[in-house]
Amino acid sequence: MWELIRINKRKSLFVLILMFILMVSLSGAIGAGFYSIDWVKGMLWGALIGVLLWAVQSAVAYFAGDDIVLHFNMAVVVTPESYPQLYNIVEEMKIAAGLAVMPEIYIIESHGLNAFATGIRSEKTAICVTRGLVENLNRDEIQGVIAHEMSHILNRDVLFMTFAGVMLGTITMLSNVMLRGTVAANSSNRRSRKKGGFSGGHPVVILVILLFAIVAPILARIFYFTISKKREYLADASAARLTRYPIGLASALEKIAKHSSVDFVSKITAPMFIVNPHFAGVDEDSLFSASTHPPIYKRIAILTQLQHGGKVSLENYQKLYEKELSTSGLFSKTTLESDKSEAVRAESTEKFTESRTDVADIILANTGFKIVTCECGLKIKLPPSDLRMKVVCPRCRKELSVSGDNNAAATGNGGDELVFKRKNKNSWESFPCQCGNFTFQLSPLFRGTYVVCKRCKTKVQIEYPE
Amino acid sequence: MTFLVIFLVVVAVCVFTLFAMYNKLIGLRNIVRNSWSQIDVQLKRRFDLIPNLVETAKGYMKHESETFIKVTEARAQAMSAINKGDVKEVSAAAANLDSALAKMMLTFENYPELKANQNFLALQEELTSTENKVAFARQAYNDAVMGYNNAVEMFPTNMVAAMFSFKQSDFFEIEDKAEKQAPKVTF
Repeated sequence: MWELIRINKRKSLFVLILMFILMVSLSGAIGAGFYSIDWVKGMLWGALIGVLLWAVQSAVAYFAGDDIVLHFNMAVVVTPESYPQLYNIVEEMKIAAGLAVMPEIYIIESHGLNAFATGIRSEKTAICVTRGLVENLNRDEIQGVIAHEMSHILNRDVLFMTFAGVMLGTITMLSNVMLRGTVAANSSNRRSRKKGGFSGGHPVVILVILLFAIVAPILARIFYFTISKKREYLADASAARLTRYPIGLASALEKIAKHSSVDFVSKITAPMFIVNPHFAGVDEDSLFSASTHPPIYKRIAILTQLQHGGKVSLENYQKLYEKELSTSGLFSKTTLESDKSEAVRAESTEKFTESRTDVADIILANTGFKIVTCECGLKIKLPPSDLRMKVVCPRCRKELSVSGDNNAAATGNGGDELVFKRKNKNSWESFPCQCGNFTFQLSPLFRGTYVVCKRCKTKVQIEYPE
Repeated sequence: MTFLVIFLVVVAVCVFTLFAMYNKLIGLRNIVRNSWSQIDVQLKRRFDLIPNLVETAKGYMKHESETFIKVTEARAQAMSAINKGDVKEVSAAAANLDSALAKMMLTFENYPELKANQNFLALQEELTSTENKVAFARQAYNDAVMGYNNAVEMFPTNMVAAMFSFKQSDFFEIEDKAEKQAPKVTF
């Protein structure tokens, strides 16, 4: 099954080839522009130089890329003794994926939550997580993240994305050379018109090449992002299949989305992370957005729905993917046939991180907040002035009833009577009705004993402080 | 003459595809065997951990000897099943051991001093992780069996499989009942 996923990259490969053609034609065009006396020769040399540039950079990335990236991010290696639990989780996922070699594990000293995988060659792979991630996620969530990274290794995404990334870099570099070259050539030409230089050719031709140089990097960028987004979804699907617990990754993504920024990540390594550290929380969905990762809320939505379905398989993920993005095809038919549907596993019982949000919840509960926990794991916190009896979970759209035991300030004194106690009668106060469709506004001058909801006609008593 | 050449080419192509299919089947079967040995490794690791955990716990819980005996018995049974190497027998014994362990874990709940013991906690994490590893190894094994069985059953590899008598492998199934009883413990 994994073998098939790895092989089946036809669409991504097609885009990659397009990108290659783009690169060659750009360098060819530049060559022709620079050497306009014999433009065919110029074009050939240009193309050759472009490909050589790409090849040299790819070779460097292939042989030393992993070390460079890890070094750049100041990663420290993890042993079974230093982080036993993290090590165990990685080993579990390695077993589930059936990998022959255990990846090395690294930790980045950063409070941001993020992770990435390297492994251009399959015999030397590594998974890198931030310290913040280990400290703030629970076992299931870390497992989800590790499984996602493991899937990148398993699907050979790193190799693929490295070649694509180097190509993008080469195209950007070439177009910079081109644009600056033209400016330089033009300024020098004022002095000596005889030189070969860029303005040697026909003005229209030069204009066309210039336009090409401007458009090419943008096109390359779009190509690159289409590939990388797809690979993220694929890794999510594989991770769900590996862990049999999609909600783990979903809630990890949710937490990561809030604090994914890693202080010293350069733009070059950004696409490698599980959630782009530069564009955290940006939910741009347009093709032109500079985001290398798909909108995180869509990834979460697919994963949570997969969890509720109860059966984890690539086919189910694909169905949800198609529904959520209204596009088709993530896996080939033969891949789906070779897949075995697995039941969602039970939640891990271990609690090893008492996260800070729990403490915050306790404080909130003591100040009269009502905390409703949804089945999907989301905690909805309602202020004391919220009188609604039912709320809709913003994540999984499930309707939840709010139990009224631990609310101090707001609702009724038994029976059907609803009471709102004003805290300060000399200022504006507002609170929503229990039907959820109407918000009461009480002015500082209001001295009535009750208000009636305009939507559901519920009567709410108003009490005043002494 | 040309007929002979064409004939030879056709024969050569046939032989090569036959080789390729045969090698594919062998490769898939080796993956199955390898994933089986992974289960083996993890189960054995668990067997090594159990006596340690029991020893640590015994000092704290004097009145639970029955639970310990059951776990030890289930362990012995599973070990002998592994040595025989029969997939079905191993899966049954493993399920048995799972439920015995889960019961033991439940009794730990009543001993707060035990849960404060650092040594015990480390063993606990190891055992949980090993249990997960068994589960994931089982999953990987089943994935491998799926791939292999598909190849044995599906055209055209099924012809080669029949020719060289490749047999389908058994899935490592765990009964639902045992699965539910298994490590559903809160600490």
